[in-house]
Amino acid sequence: MEEFADIELTVNGEKIAKRVEARQHLVDFLRIELGLTGSHLGCEHGVCGACTVRVDGSIVRGCLMLAIQADGADVWTIEGMSDAGEIEDLQEAFIARNALQCGYCTPGMLLTSAEMLEAGRKMTRAEIREFLSGNYCRCTGYHAIVDAVETVMESRFGG
Amino acid sequence: MKAPRFAYIRPESLDEVLELLAEHGDDARILAGGQSLMPTLNMRLSRPRLLIDINRIEELKGISFEDGTVRIGALARHGEVMTSSIVAEHLPMIAEAMPHVAHVAIRNRGTFGGSIALADPAAELPACAVALGAEFVLANKRGRRNVAARSFFNGLYETERADDELLVETRIPAIESGYRSSFMELARRHGDFALAGVCCHARVDGNVLSDVRLAYFGSEDRPRFADGASAAAEGKAWSEDVKEAVKTALGDDLDPIGNFHASAATRLHLARVLTGRAIDRMVAAG
Ligand SMILES: Cc1cc2nc3c(=O)[nH]c(=O)nc-3n(C[C@H](O)[C@H](O)[C@H](O)COP(=O)(O)OP(=O)(O)OC[C@H]3O[C@@H](n4cnc5c(N)ncnc54)[C@H](O)[C@@H]3O)c2cc1C
Ligand code: FES
Ligand code: FES
Repeated sequence: MEEFADIELTVNGEKIAKRVEARQHLVDFLRIELGLTGSHLGCEHGVCGACTVRVDGSIVRGCLMLAIQADGADVWTIEGMSDAGEIEDLQEAFIARNALQCGYCTPGMLLTSAEMLEAGRKMTRAEIREFLSGNYCRCTGYHAIVDAVETVMESRFGG
Repeated sequence: MKAPRFAYIRPESLDEVLELLAEHGDDARILAGGQSLMPTLNMRLSRPRLLIDINRIEELKGISFEDGTVRIGALARHGEVMTSSIVAEHLPMIAEAMPHVAHVAIRNRGTFGGSIALADPAAELPACAVALGAEFVLANKRGRRNVAARSFFNGLYETERADDELLVETRIPAIESGYRSSFMELARRHGDFALAGVCCHARVDGNVLSDVRLAYFGSEDRPRFADGASAAAEGKAWSEDVKEAVKTALGDDLDPIGNFHASAATRLHLARVLTGRAIDRMVAAG
């Protein structure tokens, strides 16, 4: 029963081994220990979605999962997803549609949208809004974000 | 904010969890999906000395169906319940409720057992369990016991579960032929906690209702089974008059707590409107 533990995990495809404090959540680990500052912290209690990261293939709230719980996990952040080119079309659509202003929510929006696109089908605007309902944006009013996701669905899955 | 310091342990077996609970009791907290526990730690509303992470205990996982009963393991994630074909076929009320529980990222981690153990009065799943006559299986070092959902919830975040007990699984009778379910809630924003919500379950023959079970959430300090309103619809052919009688009876069943989200009167009004709509839809579904 320890307040510290050694963990091993993969972050953006790279193997990492570190000693972490039990109380440190995953996003603080990524930002402070690994310098991956693309995952943001808005509220630190699960409400805003700025901290969204992909763990073992599904998006989670990085502020509500302890780093110690990611022992053995496969973690992807906006840095790795960008480098891998997996969401290039989505990122271009965000720029083309003005789907970001300050950009604070954007990494979370992109990761959530990426999971939505994994369903492999076009969704209605209402479905897109529902899927994004856990991610706050204080700038855009969401309309442009829905436009961007819709554009990518059209180009990936046909008009 | 950042969580206070605590020790962490990730047992590999159920026996180990029960041993730890016996030893540490209220000084320890079970960590399941963490979607309610972590916010309270980050806000320092709670300071347990030890977190017992149950995420790797295989026996607590999965959803299965046997002898007319669906077993939902404590660790079944909301997302897994939402897409389960067993739940879709045998527990249509729960299938209908799941999209209302939080948001995708939270459903990917939050667990069925966590929702039940937490006993948030505005949560969907405790009220579904009450309406459907679910039983919860609790275990401690000395053995197991089953507690009926209707006598499990004692108040705001208060349940029958003792400090040394783990919720192992939920057992829910599958829907029988001739029965229908209907679930409705009102929230300000999709995925937010409900301002009012109703779970209806009944035998529907033409438009005649029997074995009517109405349960409410987002009303008072715990999910509430509405005896009076359920009785007012019992054996009746559904009509505008019966609807009015049910709504009137509901006034005696519910004693909503008002707060800045909605006053008590608003909540009762919303519960009444939702009840009418939910039963309309249930009867029309045939
Ligand atoms: C922004 C946001 C919105 C949400 N919206 C909703 C909503 O609309 N509806 C809704 O129902 N929920 C909502 N939730 C809560 C979510 O559903 C949680 O997943 C759920 O309440 C708790 O499950 P968990 O597995 O995350 O439990 P945890 O957070 O791990 O635990 C919660 C509590 O239960 C105890 N516990 C957990 N599992 C067990 C067990 N097996 N035995 C004994 N004790 C146990 C823990 O010790 C803790 O005290 C929301 C959460 C957030 C952050
Ligand atoms: S920082 Fe995690 S949800 Fe807001
Ligand atoms: S772009 Fe500023 S919060 Fe979304």
